[in-house]
Amino acid sequence: MTRNASTGIAYEEDLLFEHSRPGRVGFALPARDVPEVDAGALLGADAVRDDLPGLPELSEVDVVRHFTRMSTWNAAVDLALYPLGSCTMKYNPKINERMARLPGFAAAHPLADPARCQGLLELMVRLEEGLCEVSGMDHVSLQPAAGAQGELAGVMMIRALHEARGERRRVVLVPDSAHGTNPASAALNGFDVVSVPSGDDGILHPEAVEAVMTDEVAALMVTNPNTLGLFERHIGAICEIVHARGGLVYLDGANLNALLGVARPGDMGVDVMHFNLHKTFSTPHGGGGPGSGPVGIKAALAPHLPVPVVRRDDDGSYRLDSDLPGSIGRLHGSHGNAGMLVRAFTYLRSLGAEGIRRCGEMAVLNANYLRVRLSDHYHVPYDGMVMHECVFSDKHLADTGVTTMDVAKRLIDHGYHPPTIYFPLIVPGALMIEPTESESLEGLDRFADTLIEIAQEARDDPETVRSAPHRTRHRRLDETRAARKPVLRWQPDPAS
Amino acid sequence: MANYDFPQDLRYSREDEWVRTEGERVTIGVTDYAQQQLGDIVFVELPEVGRTFEKGEPFGVIESVKAVSDLFAPISGEVKEINPALAEAPESVNEDCYGEGWMIVIVPADSTEVSALLDAGAYAQHVESRTD
Repeated sequence: MTRNASTGIAYEEDLLFEHSRPGRVGFALPARDVPEVDAGALLGADAVRDDLPGLPELSEVDVVRHFTRMSTWNAAVDLALYPLGSCTMKYNPKINERMARLPGFAAAHPLADPARCQGLLELMVRLEEGLCEVSGMDHVSLQPAAGAQGELAGVMMIRALHEARGERRRVVLVPDSAHGTNPASAALNGFDVVSVPSGDDGILHPEAVEAVMTDEVAALMVTNPNTLGLFERHIGAICEIVHARGGLVYLDGANLNALLGVARPGDMGVDVMHFNLHKTFSTPHGGGGPGSGPVGIKAALAPHLPVPVVRRDDDGSYRLDSDLPGSIGRLHGSHGNAGMLVRAFTYLRSLGAEGIRRCGEMAVLNANYLRVRLSDHYHVPYDGMVMHECVFSDKHLADTGVTTMDVAKRLIDHGYHPPTIYFPLIVPGALMIEPTESESLEGLDRFADTLIEIAQEARDDPETVRSAPHRTRHRRLDETRAARKPVLRWQPDPAS
Repeated sequence: MANYDFPQDLRYSREDEWVRTEGERVTIGVTDYAQQQLGDIVFVELPEVGRTFEKGEPFGVIESVKAVSDLFAPISGEVKEINPALAEAPESVNEDCYGEGWMIVIVPADSTEVSALLDAGAYAQHVESRTD
């Protein structure tokens, strides 16, 4: 049988500060070939410090070993299934990296004359068009640096549209299963957040939205499929209720993977949404970033798009247009995280329409396979077909004293990154598992077998699960004490 | 159902706060069920003395190793006192949620709001209905 993890060479590693030795360097500067200037005279004496800042002094070998050793401590999707629910930790195809390293993309400078980076601008426009096609939206801005900024941009455009219509709406509706960024984006825009309860079946019902829908509501923010992995079946009727009172519907695109090539938010009645290229479109996620969170809109919001907008002129050339008086402004110092745009475009084009659809289908099939295989061993609070992820709970283990946290820690011993836990908040002891389409049947079985083994171990030998992980460099960390009494210095405060 | 302590002399909100009435003063905290569900509490954010809240409005934030949740005012009124010890020792909420772990004292705007809250038996049923 193939085993997923074993022990091997395992390095300890000190802090760079502890490696430091006075005078050690890893570089040699060339001789100065410009006149020396007096920094104090130029900048003012108070802008020049007398002492050095205490940075570590290191050789190149020290630095390379330090970071390479730490890189061996990583869990990564290149090592094993990474079932972090609502994060879509799918495999990142290596062709993405190859394309992003083409000199015309990698060496492009954000301040370069547009005439000198026509290829990158064309890629941006074609990626916008691709995202519009996948989502059913009319326009896309690629600027937001991550999903939360995409949300912020989306809610800013919603506010701008209402203000342009002379309306001052103060409320945003958010379902109780939402990601925490939704109420945060609304609050940052000065809106009051009103929570909408999910039904007993875990989805949003038109009556619940109707009950809180008023002329004061600027928007409803909804995630579809939602964080329970369930498709919001009433989304059409819900959009109609919100639109009838002049509100807009925002879709959190975190879970778009499930819909790829099958259903489009724009067709459901959604007015604004964001994409997470680092989830759905296979750009690096979780330490490998940066992220990228394009925002898509319907035509009515186009006057409020972030600037600059990339335009294609009739002669086939591309330019940056900042002449948009209703714009919410600029969101990013450059034009978004351009390297990620190249990777996402590569992904879209290498899969094509059919491949994209198969991604969505396989993601849903894989999640349902795990749901069925595990449902005798872990409680499934909302039963029935799921989309791209499945939420379990530790309820079946209640009499063993083993909790979701313990199961997550024990998975580490078997070489898996733990799933998302204790979210969504409406499920006590939630384990939220998203396998993505990247896993083979054998990989899914291996993971399911591991979880079943842990459930059995919780009955036979609960203490082993409760004290996991056992095979890691460090045993279970005291997360509570770290949060209550954080020590943020690398050496004790000399004053204390 | 797990073991929870809901003292008979307190009133309870559906959002898992308890209230204790002593004359004009109503002390508020979170229930044993809430602290067990949240797990180890690492941070409690409380309002300034003198602020007024409507019933149902968030008056603070409680953070555990698992989650961050709003604290909802079980009744309307003005904050007279907050528990300063929670800043340094949020673990009191886990260790003694009805005593050292109290959060705020409110002077109620409408004393009938207190009697409209759940008694210990009704709250225990409410908890049970959610954990089924």
